[in-house]
Amino acid sequence: MASRGSIRLALVIGLLAWEPAIAQELGNSADGARLFKRECSSCHHVGAGARNRVGPQLNGVFGRRAGSIEGFKYSKSITRMGQDGLEWHLETLDAYLTNPKSLVSGTRMNYRGIAETEDRSAIMAYLREWSDNPRDIPEADPTASKPEVDLDPAILGIKGDREYGEYLSSECTTCHQSDGSDKGIPSITNWPAADFVVAMHAYKRKLRPHPVMQMMAGRLSEEEIAALAAYFEEVQ
Amino acid sequence: MKLTRRTLIGSGLTAAALLAAPSVFGQAKPKIVIIGGGAGGATAARYLAKDGAGALDVTLVEANPVYTTCFFSNLYLGGFREFESLQHGYDKIAAGGVTVINDLATGVDRNARTVTLAGGQTLAYDRLILSPGIDFKDGSVPGWSVEAAEKMPHAYKAGPQTQLLKSMVEAMPAGGVFAMIAPPNPYRCPPGPYERISMIAHLLKQKNPTAKIMVLDPKDKYSKQALFEEGWAKHYDGMIDWIGPDFGGGAVEVRPDSMEIVVDGTVEKIDACNVIPGQIAGKIAQIAAVTDDKGWAPVHPENMKSKMDDNVYVLGDSSAQGDMPKSGFSANSQAKVAAMSIRGELLGSKVFPAKYSNTCWSLIAPDDGVKVGASYQPTPEKIASVESFISQTGEDAALRKATYEESLGWYEGITTDMFG
Ligand SMILES: Cc1cc2nc3c(=O)[nH]c(=O)nc-3n(C[C@H](O)[C@H](O)[C@H](O)COP(=O)(O)OP(=O)(O)OC[C@H]3O[C@@H](n4cnc5c(N)ncnc54)[C@H](O)[C@@H]3O)c2cc1C
Repeated sequence: MASRGSIRLALVIGLLAWEPAIAQELGNSADGARLFKRECSSCHHVGAGARNRVGPQLNGVFGRRAGSIEGFKYSKSITRMGQDGLEWHLETLDAYLTNPKSLVSGTRMNYRGIAETEDRSAIMAYLREWSDNPRDIPEADPTASKPEVDLDPAILGIKGDREYGEYLSSECTTCHQSDGSDKGIPSITNWPAADFVVAMHAYKRKLRPHPVMQMMAGRLSEEEIAALAAYFEEVQ
Repeated sequence: MKLTRRTLIGSGLTAAALLAAPSVFGQAKPKIVIIGGGAGGATAARYLAKDGAGALDVTLVEANPVYTTCFFSNLYLGGFREFESLQHGYDKIAAGGVTVINDLATGVDRNARTVTLAGGQTLAYDRLILSPGIDFKDGSVPGWSVEAAEKMPHAYKAGPQTQLLKSMVEAMPAGGVFAMIAPPNPYRCPPGPYERISMIAHLLKQKNPTAKIMVLDPKDKYSKQALFEEGWAKHYDGMIDWIGPDFGGGAVEVRPDSMEIVVDGTVEKIDACNVIPGQIAGKIAQIAAVTDDKGWAPVHPENMKSKMDDNVYVLGDSSAQGDMPKSGFSANSQAKVAAMSIRGELLGSKVFPAKYSNTCWSLIAPDDGVKVGASYQPTPEKIASVESFISQTGEDAALRKATYEESLGWYEGITTDMFG
C-alpha cells in the first residue's frame, strides 16, 4: 500500500524531473554590502580604488590564487596554500568564511568566521560584483552554482523520452553535424543508445578528457542522457 | 488548431489561460516575424519552421540577401579562409518553409503588433523576434563616426568592412604601424579583437615582418589574455604592443583624415587603423523601445522574452540577459530556447527547462587554436554562469592543432544549424 511518504516522494521526483532547473544564485548583495561593512571592512577594502590594508584588497577575488597579490605580506600558510593551488572560488571562499583557520590553519586572518550560510552567501554576492563578469571575460568564475540534476536511475527507471531528446539535441547540433558527417567534430547520429549513454557518463565523470563534452555531459541528468540516446539512436 | 485533451495537458496551460489568448488560438496559423537573419534570427526561423511542422507562419526579415559571418572573419584577415567561405544565402531557410523578405525593418508598432519595412510593406505578428545584432555608440571614440569607417574601418559587422580592413593592412608600407582601438565592455565576441590582432600579426609576418601593431585598450584585462600573450610572444615576438588604460589606452582620439591617433596627448602617425567603438543593441531594438538606458534589451532569463513586452523576444547580441557573452554560439543557443517557448505559447507543445551554453575558439597562429566555454542556467534574476573551462597555457602542439580542427567542425555545424 502506498504510504503518505511514498506518495510525497513520487510527487517530489515528478517535480524534480520536470520543473525547470533553476541554478542556485548567490545571496542578496545589498545584504552582503551591509554585512561586509560590519564584519570585514576594518581589514579589507573592495570596490573602486580599493587598496591593501590589514588584509589584501578584494577586487577580482573570484578566480584569484590565494596569496597572489604582489606587495602584500601574507602569512606563510596562505602563501604555501597558494603555491599548492588554492584558488578563491565559491566553494573555497565559503569554507574560508565559515572558519578561516579550519581551511588555512596558520592564517593571520584572526576572525571567528560566519556560521550562517545565508550571510556568507550574501557577502560572496557582494564581493562577486567586484570580480570579472563572464559576459565580458567568459572564463571568469561562475556566478551561480549548478542545480542538482543527478537523479538516481533506480528511482526513475530510465526510458528515454525521444521528444525531450530531440529538444535537447539542439544543443549538440551547434557543433555536431545533424546529417551525421564528421568534419573535425565526430558524428553522433545512429549511435546504439547504450554506447551513447556510456560515453556521456564517461564525460560526466571526467574519464573522457574533452572539456566541452565534460561541460555538456556534466549537467545532463540520467534521464536527459537517456532521452538524447533515444533520439540519436533513431535520427536519420 | 484542434484542441485535444492531449495538447491541453501538454501545453501546461490552464483553460483560463487559453481563453485569455483567443486571438492566438482562434486563428489558423499564428504569425511569427523575425527581424535579423544572423546567428540568433536564422536559427530561430529554422527551428520554428521545422519544429512547428507547418502550424506556424514564420517570416524572416533580413536587410542583406547574403549573410557574412563575423565568426571566422578574422581567419580571412589572416589568410586562412576565402571571403566567400564566410557567406551564406537564405535559400535553404526559405525551402524549409520560412518566408524570407530581404528588406530593412524600419518600424515596430507594439500596440498594433505590426512591423513596417523600408519597402513599404506592413507585417502583422503574434510574436516578434528581434535579433538585429549590434550598433555603435555615438562618440565612444573621439574623432570617429560611422562615416569615418571608410578610413578607419570597424570591421565588426562582417562584409565590405572586413575586406577594406584587409586591403589596408596589405597596403601598409614596410615597417609601418597598425593600430587597433579596442572596445569597452560589453561588446560582441570578447576574444574577437585579440584573435584579430593575432591574425593581422600572422599576415604581416609573412608580408611585412618589420611592421608594428599597437592595441589601445580601455580595459585593464580581456578574455584569454594569458593565452594570447603567450602566443604573441611565441609567434610574433616584439611585433605587438598592448597599451592598457594605465598608459593612455582608454583615452584615445582618432583623426581619420590625417591617419593620426592621439594617445595621452602624444600624436602618433599610423598607416592602418581598426576602430572598434563601444556598442549598443541593433537600432531596430531601440526603435521598438525594448531597450534600457544602457542601450541593451532586457529579457527574461528563462526564455529570452522581452521584459518590456510579452509578445516580443530579443536574442543574441542585442539582449541584456546576464552572463552570456555576446557570441554567435550564445545567440544560436538562445534562439533554440526562444523557439521552444514560442511553440509552447502558440501551439501548446511541451516546454522544457532552458539550457544555454557557449564555446568560443580563437586562432593564434597556424594550427594553434585555443578555446573558452561555459554553461549557463536561468536564475530568477539573470542567465547565470554555472561552469566554465579555458585552454591552458603551455599546451602541446598536437592539442592546439586538434582544437583548431575542432573549430572548423564547429563552423560547419553552426552554419548548417543556422542556414540548413
Ligand atoms: C571579428 C569577430 C569574430 C567573431 N568570432 C566569433 C566566434 O568565433 N564565435 C562566436 O560564437 N561568435 C563570434 N563572433 C560574434 C558573433 O558574430 C555575434 O555575436 C553574432 O553574430 C550575434 O548574432 P545576432 O543574431 O545577435 O546578430 P547578427 O549575427 O549580427 O545578425 C543580425 C542580422 O540582423 C540584420 N538586421 C539588423 N537590423 C535589421 C533591420 N532593421 N532589418 C532587417 N535586418 C536587420 C543584419 O543585417 C544581420 O544580418 C565574432 C564577431 C566578430 C566581430
